[in-house]
Amino acid sequence: MNLLNLLRISWKAISRNKLRASLTMLGIIIGVAAVIAMVAIGQGSKQSIQSQIAAMGSNMIVIRPVSNVTGGARLDNTTVQTLTEADVNALRKKAQYITAVSPSVSARGQVINGPYNWTTTVQGISPEYLSIRGWSLQDGVPFNEQNMKAGAKVCLAGQTVIQNLFPDRENVIGKSIRFKHIPFKIIGILSKKGENTFGQDQDDIILTPITTVQKRILPTIYYQLIFASAISENATAQAMSEIEKIMRASHRLQPGIDDDFSIRSQAELINAFSSTGRILTILLAVIAGISLVVGGIGIMNIMYVSVTERTKEIGLRMSIGARGTDILLQFLIEAILISISGGIIGVGLGFLITKLVGVFLHWPTLVTQSSVILSFLVCFLTGVFFGYYPALKASRLDPIDALRYE
Amino acid sequence: MANVIVDIKNLMRLFKMGEETIHALDGVSFSINQSEFLTIMGSSGSGKTTLLNIMGCLDRPTSGRYILDGTDISSFSKTELARFRNKKLGFVFQTYNLLARTSALENVELPLLYNPAISSKKRKELASEALDAVKLSDRMYHFPNQLSGGQQQRVAIARAIVNDPVMILADEATGNLDSKTSYEIMALFQELNETKGKTIAFVTHEVDIASFSKRTIQLRDGKIIKDEPNKNVRNAREVLQNMKVTAVP
Ligand SMILES: Nc1ncnc2c1ncn2[C@@H]1O[C@H](COP(=O)(O)OP(=O)(O)O)[C@@H](O)[C@H]1O
Ligand SMILES: [Mg+2]
Repeated sequence: MNLLNLLRISWKAISRNKLRASLTMLGIIIGVAAVIAMVAIGQGSKQSIQSQIAAMGSNMIVIRPVSNVTGGARLDNTTVQTLTEADVNALRKKAQYITAVSPSVSARGQVINGPYNWTTTVQGISPEYLSIRGWSLQDGVPFNEQNMKAGAKVCLAGQTVIQNLFPDRENVIGKSIRFKHIPFKIIGILSKKGENTFGQDQDDIILTPITTVQKRILPTIYYQLIFASAISENATAQAMSEIEKIMRASHRLQPGIDDDFSIRSQAELINAFSSTGRILTILLAVIAGISLVVGGIGIMNIMYVSVTERTKEIGLRMSIGARGTDILLQFLIEAILISISGGIIGVGLGFLITKLVGVFLHWPTLVTQSSVILSFLVCFLTGVFFGYYPALKASRLDPIDALRYE
Repeated sequence: MANVIVDIKNLMRLFKMGEETIHALDGVSFSINQSEFLTIMGSSGSGKTTLLNIMGCLDRPTSGRYILDGTDISSFSKTELARFRNKKLGFVFQTYNLLARTSALENVELPLLYNPAISSKKRKELASEALDAVKLSDRMYHFPNQLSGGQQQRVAIARAIVNDPVMILADEATGNLDSKTSYEIMALFQELNETKGKTIAFVTHEVDIASFSKRTIQLRDGKIIKDEPNKNVRNAREVLQNMKVTAVP
């Protein structure tokens, strides 16, 4: 039997009852559209989280002080004082998997420029900080080692700060702003970074040499945080264990004693969020997959009804020379054609829903090739699987009985 | 005897109904030569359809021999029987059995779709020739529901001859038609038999219809009780003409 002829036969049989075919398709259409749209939403949110975190500096490693005192009152992390200049120096000297290290101490308060004032964070850091965060200057120059040594009253201002203190934004470089009665000269403007994953405005900041903060604002010899940058994203894990080793040596921690610091990498954060995204995607895909199965059962249902209803037609076809296999294939192809057509329409509808979600809800979406291919594959298999038994039933009919059927 | 199409010897067909065994065919023997027009007659339940089904390779005998066009088909598998039906036989049913919402042409094409040796072009050609032979060239694209009963049966006859079968099998083919239309169908069968030399086996229980064939086999309880040539073969075309004459007083 010629497959092309069988395709013709099946196609004609379907087009003879378009309404039934469309109704059968409906389940598949909805199922596939659901798969496409759901997976697109899941993937979209996953990707947007990933890119947001990556924008914070994908090689970045953050070291925080923690209390390693077990039992008794646990101290708040901000008051734990374990990170020191010695640690930073040790890291700079000994670590091989990190390219840059910067300590950090922050203070919050009001900054004033003439009639304008704004409450923000002043973060003291070393010049390497910008490269660790992957941050560039929109204007001006970064501060240098000399500024560091001198504890110079210079700063780099974030976009939000500029916006609030210099509404006209004219000649900002070289101007002075006051923080806790200390005038800071703006030598650079940070480029816009936007909100981070947690919704914090990363541009609401003033960067200044850490020595300046330690000397003039927040007299302390301890650091609140140490930032470092792994030589590559892949080397993050090695960098972290290296840091731990160096820090333990620097803090003279005996074996068996807990770390008095914690190390977190941006990569971990990405993974944590990615797996949330992955779970979301899987969950959505499962829901959508169930609707596909329901669609498939719909096909089986209608194919069974159709076989019974078309018993006489089957008898006739057999009498004029159709073999059991021809009948089997005809009904199987009908089921597959219906499910694949439903799949094509479903993919189209899925794209449309995805677009609408993007336009009206502003949700990030991403239609992946694999979800489209997978849907088609599932449609094909649905057609085969749910079409097979009705088709088998049809092919096993006895021509005489079938012809006599009323 | 080179032209024997059907050779049947001692054919038995039994149906088991619980304890009881029905002898639908009980030792039937006869043969049909090429270009014969044969009627199988008998009252209801006499075994006509059972015999025609076996002759049409839709059913297999319980015992006995059946040679069709030189091939013993008693041991054929279902698939081989299907092939044989497709190449060698044409069926005409009482209820036409046309596919709904399918043009006359496509209905006639149907048997050829199951023959991979025939191209798309050849199929169209043969189908329109067959419709021509039943004088329905002007109704090629009509659907069954746009045709009268007689026209539908002519489409079915075109479908039965499109594969150039060695024999046409008709089971009560005029059973659903009024007498005038029945005569038209019989005229068509006579024409196919006489001008094209088609072998026809025609089942009916009406003596009136049987009189258009050349030979009649009479069945009773699965046995042949009479098998003889018709002495006065009527010409359906003439009968139709006379009807017209008498219709106008
Ligand atoms: N599939 C079957 N099962 C049981 N009995 C059958 C079957 N087909 C036919 N018969 C019986 O065989 C006999 C002949 O039937 P059939 O050939 O249909 O008669 P006819 O066509 O002459 O009216 C009847 O008694 C009928 O009941
Ligand atoms: Mg009968």
